[in-house]
Amino acid sequence: MMNTAAPNPVAKVVAEVMRRDRGRLLAALAARLRDMQLAEDALQDAVISALSHWGRSGLPNSPQGWLLKVALRKAIDRLRSNSRAVRNIAELTLLAEEEAQEAPFDTIPDERLRLIFTCCHPAIEPKSRLALTLRTLGGMSTVEIAAVFLDSDVAMGQRLSRAKAKITAARIPFAIPDPEHWPDRLQSVLTVIYLIFTRGYAAGPARGLTLCEEALFLARLLNDLSPNDAEIEGALALILITNARAGARVQGGQTVLLAAQDRMQWNHALLDEGRALVAAALACRNLGPSSSQQLLEPFTSFYL
Amino acid sequence: MNYMLLIYSDPAMDPAYGTPAFDAMMKGFFDMNTSMKADGVLRGGEALQGVETATSLRLRGGRTETMDGPFAETREHLGGYYIVDVPDLDAALRYAAMIPTAQWGTIEVRPLMHYNPAA
Repeated sequence: MMNTAAPNPVAKVVAEVMRRDRGRLLAALAARLRDMQLAEDALQDAVISALSHWGRSGLPNSPQGWLLKVALRKAIDRLRSNSRAVRNIAELTLLAEEEAQEAPFDTIPDERLRLIFTCCHPAIEPKSRLALTLRTLGGMSTVEIAAVFLDSDVAMGQRLSRAKAKITAARIPFAIPDPEHWPDRLQSVLTVIYLIFTRGYAAGPARGLTLCEEALFLARLLNDLSPNDAEIEGALALILITNARAGARVQGGQTVLLAAQDRMQWNHALLDEGRALVAAALACRNLGPSSSQQLLEPFTSFYL
Repeated sequence: MNYMLLIYSDPAMDPAYGTPAFDAMMKGFFDMNTSMKADGVLRGGEALQGVETATSLRLRGGRTETMDGPFAETREHLGGYYIVDVPDLDAALRYAAMIPTAQWGTIEVRPLMHYNPAA
């Protein structure tokens, strides 16, 4: 009989891997399968396998690589058994060949930038872009997302399913946009991240913290995946600097205006990080060191 | 993947025949036809005659009802279409943006199923 009181070490490892690498695994799967629902289902299958398999044979060298390999195999199984699948045999054969040739992954290829652009594609309804981004790249469950949107779990589940089905049916590509469309498409991504942030900000520190942290995580992720982009740096800086004041913003349920805030309660590590990004963003725009310094002067002195 | 680019516009907004705007529109269509052919993506397309020529039909309770006019009473009407064979939605949207009518009307982009009865 299972002793439910003692933590199962394998379950703990699986939960930890999924917490850290779920987005990366989903992105790698979605890029290959071009079907987000299938990617989610296959990853879930692989997690269930891992729970029994790792308990018997011990942990694999690369748990992430193991999950990806098994999830791909599970996806092929699902496609084979699904008589309604619209995929043609040639595509399935190609997928199976790729899967067979691929050695177990030591490092998972990072396809998350492609997935961000897919989730925030302008062909998807704006609210669904937020929900989809939080679900696939952030760490939130459908139930948690429903709660922040004040929707029922069922309605949010249906919204997510519709968005995923449209991606597959209309073939919204898993691709980084070409340079011509980069600025517009990047704005769409940044708007999604910023709306997630403002939604958390408006809800107040007590309830909105998760969303603010998700937005910060997503903005940092975007900046890591596509470094030296002034627009991304600016957006990340804005979120960092606003977040840095979260602790001082509300006292006893009352909003404290900026000038009256206790600066000791500001998070200075976040402020410094934000300031450095603003400097980098301004430098990117070829303003030259002196003009950017001039621009930054009032800004930096304000926060000192 | 085949996509249909459905061209909707308010006929009152369409440039009048014989005006420079009309010539510019026709040149726009001609140029896009040429480049779609050169790209090898064009599978079909037509312009429709005006909505005043439209007849709608439906069967209700076993009876045929035939009506003058298009299905929906809207300002924007379906005026024509293209069918393009391209890899994904982004590519389809690129061609949709080349349609001159996109500047005053709306292009609806819809993936096609594989049910072409004439094929």
